[in-house]
Amino acid sequence: MVDTALSTAPEADREPPGGPVALGPLGFLRWMWRQLTSMRTALILLFLLTLGAVPGSLVPQQGVNPLRVAQFKAQHPALAPWYERFSLFDVFSAPWFAAIYLLLFISLAGCVLPRSRAHWAASRARPPAAPRNLSRLPVARTWTTTAPVPVVVEAARTALRARRFRVDVAGTAVAGEKGYLRETGNLVFHVALLLLLVAVAVGNLWGYKGSVLVTQGSGFSNTVSAYDTFRQGVAVGPGSLSPFSLRLDSFSVRYQQDGDQRGAPRDFHAHVMFTSTPGATPRRYDLRVNHPLVVGGTRIFLLGNGYAPEFTVRDGTGAVAFSGPVPFLPRDSNNTSTGVVKVPSARPTQLGFEGLFLPSAVLDPVRGPISVFPDERLPRAVLTAWTGNLGLDAGAPQSVYRLDTTRMAQVQMGGRPLAQSLAPGQTMTLPGGQGTIRFDGVRRWATLQVSRDPGKGPALVSAALALVGLMLSLFVSRRRVWVRASDLGGGRTLVEVAGLARTDSDRLGDEVDDLTAGLRAVAVQEPFDEED
Amino acid sequence: MASETAAQLSNNLLYCAMVAYAIAMFCYAAELAFAPRVRRAEPALVGSGAPASELPPAADQGDGAERSDRLGRVAVSLTTLAFGLHLGAVIARGVSAGRAPWGNMYEFSVTGSMVVTAVFLVLLARKAEVRYLGLFVMLPVLLTLGLAVTVLYTKSEQLVPALKSVWLLIHVTAAIIASGIFTIGFAQTICYLVQDRRERRPVEQRGPSFMDRLPPAAALDRAAYRMHAFAFPIWTFAVIAGAIWAENAWGRYWGWDPKETWAFITWMVYACYLHARATAGWRGRKAAYVALFGYSTFLFNYLVVNIWLVGFHSYAGVG
Ligand code: HEM
Repeated sequence: MVDTALSTAPEADREPPGGPVALGPLGFLRWMWRQLTSMRTALILLFLLTLGAVPGSLVPQQGVNPLRVAQFKAQHPALAPWYERFSLFDVFSAPWFAAIYLLLFISLAGCVLPRSRAHWAASRARPPAAPRNLSRLPVARTWTTTAPVPVVVEAARTALRARRFRVDVAGTAVAGEKGYLRETGNLVFHVALLLLLVAVAVGNLWGYKGSVLVTQGSGFSNTVSAYDTFRQGVAVGPGSLSPFSLRLDSFSVRYQQDGDQRGAPRDFHAHVMFTSTPGATPRRYDLRVNHPLVVGGTRIFLLGNGYAPEFTVRDGTGAVAFSGPVPFLPRDSNNTSTGVVKVPSARPTQLGFEGLFLPSAVLDPVRGPISVFPDERLPRAVLTAWTGNLGLDAGAPQSVYRLDTTRMAQVQMGGRPLAQSLAPGQTMTLPGGQGTIRFDGVRRWATLQVSRDPGKGPALVSAALALVGLMLSLFVSRRRVWVRASDLGGGRTLVEVAGLARTDSDRLGDEVDDLTAGLRAVAVQEPFDEED
Repeated sequence: MASETAAQLSNNLLYCAMVAYAIAMFCYAAELAFAPRVRRAEPALVGSGAPASELPPAADQGDGAERSDRLGRVAVSLTTLAFGLHLGAVIARGVSAGRAPWGNMYEFSVTGSMVVTAVFLVLLARKAEVRYLGLFVMLPVLLTLGLAVTVLYTKSEQLVPALKSVWLLIHVTAAIIASGIFTIGFAQTICYLVQDRRERRPVEQRGPSFMDRLPPAAALDRAAYRMHAFAFPIWTFAVIAGAIWAENAWGRYWGWDPKETWAFITWMVYACYLHARATAGWRGRKAAYVALFGYSTFLFNYLVVNIWLVGFHSYAGVG
């Protein structure tokens, strides 16, 4: 029942088996190309790409969650090197993954080109002549009428034309074909996929993405060094970052107050001031999740937030050695946060503090001090102190969220580590006149993601094209209809109508019936008109 | 509070809907069981001329046929009733939360299963012969609802800020509709595989079975294809809308977060299915297995990824 002439599958599919034996180098290449662009290969590559994506969701990915990758490596020291060897922590930029999709896209190009040529030719060709035996076709209707052959043929021609078929009359038979948009749509769809790949590549080469933590009252300007993390495409030059600067004036948050999801965030607002170029007038923007700020093609997103408790540290000499907010990182959904204060300029020895910040503190008998609500209701800072060498001059980069205590001693009090919970305004005094730390208050911080992706627009257009092509390809049905009139003698004419659809559509039967009904009406009335 | 009343009303309506679905399911099953065992003509004979999806009329109109038909009608009425209650539950939920009621897994399940019923009712309205599917549609609907009210239940609340976006609304709506249609396609594919196996046996060796009431394998295959071909562009659109939302919320339209990865996998597997149907040597059973695989990747994304492999999409609202 499947008519191969209407199928758009590449010819290579129907190649007789035989393989490349004794073909010569050119023949071998041609054979390889045919194999690569065959439907079966496309199917296999599609499967492989699908399977290749699976580990990317099960193994932690560097690009998605670097923290979990580090955890995984620490937990599975034997397995991790193997995973690394196969790029399993970075599946989507792995060479083998790229190999699969590049092969698939080469296959796609090699498949689309000849099909486009064939489709071009087919859409200018006449519909093929009626097969000899119309009644053998999947949809066929026959009847006899008194209308003469030419009348039936003419009626069939006009009826098919009216239905926007491409029509060709050959003798006593009319051939019609319709639904060329199906193949057009299919080609548009596949070409759009190629374009999508190009758009993604453009974004990767010419785009950049950075994230930065800004504390309330401070800001940053758009230079690579301002970012905490920064990834750029190889084609991004040093001068290509748009020269804006931005300040976080205030940050407000609303949380669910009760019920099952008590403490779930409901609203974040970062009120920022920005200047698009140095010297321009500063403008306000209310930055929210889903409402990025756009400055000169660069987009700024609100990603996360937390607390930065403010401290004033006096050293052993009584001088203020540090004063200001220190961002702490939230550890749970109630914003139990951890962080450190490093005071390298303290005399006589450097000071370091490890701390917890609890916006709504309680002392849990089991878990110790924790926060029970994400908003500031009973803010407390719980601190422990260290003295010695912070190791900042060792040259190796250090995390600002962790204290390197290898060359430090923990400050003790009564034989136990000194630890104190401070309310805003309270001070912890280190024994032996080593210094004091005062918990002044607390500010908010926000993490912003800044990104530019010049491939974004083209990607959207390709995706939209792909969708339109896909719908045409799936919903338009390509079909042929033939009508043949044969003189049976004695003023009687045999009318045969038959249809052939390439799609699994059951509407062809209705369409042919409709046409048949129309023809029957004409075929009965016409003779009287003719004799007038 | 009014919103709590509405939430309670939603729950009660849902329980009533489940009862109606359950009775409807038994009626559909009984319809198949009591149907006269027509030995259908071979597909080859049916094939020429008439479209193959047309069922030959139940030949010997005996007592069984009448009883079976009556059961079928009752089942359809019950399904319509259940759908009305289900729709009411979804609306009440939306009223209580003050937003579209698909903000967490519970709501997604409830609304998604309603779409399954809706698609089935539309099919029924267009062509009564799909009544054979009733049993195979009620089953997943009831299972989903059962899972929803027991495991996934979440109180009606507002959304976290990342989820407040029109694109999210569009994305999830499209995903729900596509998955509802895929579910029907899945049921038809299973029917096709069973029927096909049966048809492969010589006629004398086929015992009487309710499968005789179902259309021939070729028609089931075509029907399943049509469902998948209908759902696939909707799924494609859902993925695109999701990417637009991700771009708006996080500044990247695609980040291979587990949820995104599995949406891609599902999309690819269904693309494989559509390809397989056009590839020599893959049509028929093999393509059908690919479709089943596609549905299982959807289920995996929905159940496993949401709960265990949470990424950026902190969406589930479970636990
Ligand atoms: C990026 C990888 C690809 C994807 C995602 C993809 C997807 C699809 C989809 C969804 C369809 C069904 C819609 C329709 O019937 O038009 C389809 C059809 C088709 N594809 Fe692809 N395709 C890919 C690569 C290829 C390649 C490499 C070839 C060539 C070997 C190919 C050849 C075809 C053909 C001939 C059809 C029409 C099938 C028919 O006659 O119904 N595709 N493709």
